[in-house]
Amino acid sequence: MIEAPPFPELPTKSHPAAGNSSPMIAVRSLAKKIGQQEILRGVDLEIATGETLAIIGRSGGGKSVLLKHLVGLMTPDAGEIWIQGQNIIGMNERQLGEIRKKLGILFQSGALFDSMTVEDNIAFPLREAGERDAKVLHAKVAEMLEVMEMEGQENKMPESLSGGMKKRVGLARSIIRRPSCVLYDEPTSGLDPVVADSINRLIRRLQQRLGVTSVVVTHDMKSAFDVANHIAYLHEGRIYFHGTPIQLQQARDPILQDFLLGRSDGRGD
Amino acid sequence: MVRFFNALGTPVLAFFQYLGELVLLAGDTFRSIFTRKLRWKLFLNQVVEIGLLSQLVVVITGAFTGAVFAAQTFFQFNKIGMGSATGAVVSVSICRELGPVLTALMVAGRVGAAMSAEIGTMKVTEQIDALRALAVYPTDYLVVPRALAMMISMPLLVAECIAVGIAAGYFIAIFLLEINGTYYMANMVRWTRSRDIIMGLSKAFCFGILIVFISCQKGLSAREGAVGVGRATTEAVVNSSLAVLICNFFLTMLLNIIYPAGYQ
Repeated sequence: MIEAPPFPELPTKSHPAAGNSSPMIAVRSLAKKIGQQEILRGVDLEIATGETLAIIGRSGGGKSVLLKHLVGLMTPDAGEIWIQGQNIIGMNERQLGEIRKKLGILFQSGALFDSMTVEDNIAFPLREAGERDAKVLHAKVAEMLEVMEMEGQENKMPESLSGGMKKRVGLARSIIRRPSCVLYDEPTSGLDPVVADSINRLIRRLQQRLGVTSVVVTHDMKSAFDVANHIAYLHEGRIYFHGTPIQLQQARDPILQDFLLGRSDGRGD
Repeated sequence: MVRFFNALGTPVLAFFQYLGELVLLAGDTFRSIFTRKLRWKLFLNQVVEIGLLSQLVVVITGAFTGAVFAAQTFFQFNKIGMGSATGAVVSVSICRELGPVLTALMVAGRVGAAMSAEIGTMKVTEQIDALRALAVYPTDYLVVPRALAMMISMPLLVAECIAVGIAAGYFIAIFLLEINGTYYMANMVRWTRSRDIIMGLSKAFCFGILIVFISCQKGLSAREGAVGVGRATTEAVVNSSLAVLICNFFLTMLLNIIYPAGYQ
């Protein structure tokens, strides 16, 4: 039986950009305070190229805040974020734009542009990248919709889509430019188990087809175990555990046990 | 005492911070206009939204303002036997003040509110975050097309308002108030100079810039869901209208030096 480390596996001290084995994403001592509340209190995390990491933790624990920091949508109070060897802290929006082209993000709500059809939403990143050929755009959108198992939905408006469909369209939009890393913010929240499973299946299929690095923020343990190679548990603003799903399942730490078993009486505290 | 200055200082600081945000947004937008590629489709959509769809509102505003102003001027001037001077007063007033100010107020209510609500809704539903995550700079995508469309549409709308206002004043004066048409026209043409029209259109351009940046800034800083969007929209309209009225005074004083009023 493998014992999970009681505390996070700290990243190496070497420069994140050094060497060929540099991680896709490295987070160093990330801290963020919103109002009076300390959301992140020094997060250290490394995500290797090609791996799928699930970040789990209690609702309101700062998982989505951490994810938004990874794409530069939020600015930390302290710490560093390295994406493929580049520290994104201190970059302006235009410099971040170049980094963001390597990343795709699925928002919790899908964040579809509500004045555009499904086709226009999915084609948006390609149009912005300069693709003008309507046939090429249509073909690529149709291909993405096929991957998402949503064939023939091109002309629908976001308001007429279900929650699961919105997430799939959001996912299609975020991966159509073939990013090297995809970030998922609660991809299965608010979905029934069957639709949630189809989203998990999609995430796995994308890993296999495109070989992308994935970061999945979730509090759905089934989803985390389904898709992840590694799991990080965010607790009180820090990475409390970082290991494989098997290590997590076998962990005896009471805080992890409470979370895994869904106990609210705080026996682990 | 310290508490008093704190209470006084907080809103003053907030006001200057707000002004700073407006200036930064304007600077960012002008930089984008000169250095980035324009999204023509979005720009033309905004020209339709701001210019074409405001026609009815502007025409009605101009027509009834011109009509009522002609009537009121005639009622006063006729007592001292100067009824035929009505045309000149109506024309100069509409060109220099009423046309630009009333059009700007109507556009602030119609277009400024829509801009603020649309951008605010995008902000609170993470659509602006989605834009940023897709490597699209929100100023380039949302503010630049609106600002350019406003800069082009506002002078045209004001020109339309002025023309309709003068025409409405003329018809009321001739057909309802029975002023002699020849004298009316002669006085109007004699006292209305091209500089009056230039002043009105210059004001229109400035008011357009004020409305678009105030409305976009309010939308971009919207928070807290539907309530926040509602608040941002209200503040956009109120602030735009106040800014138009306050700046109108200073513009009048400044532009009167460049384009002095009267027959010279």
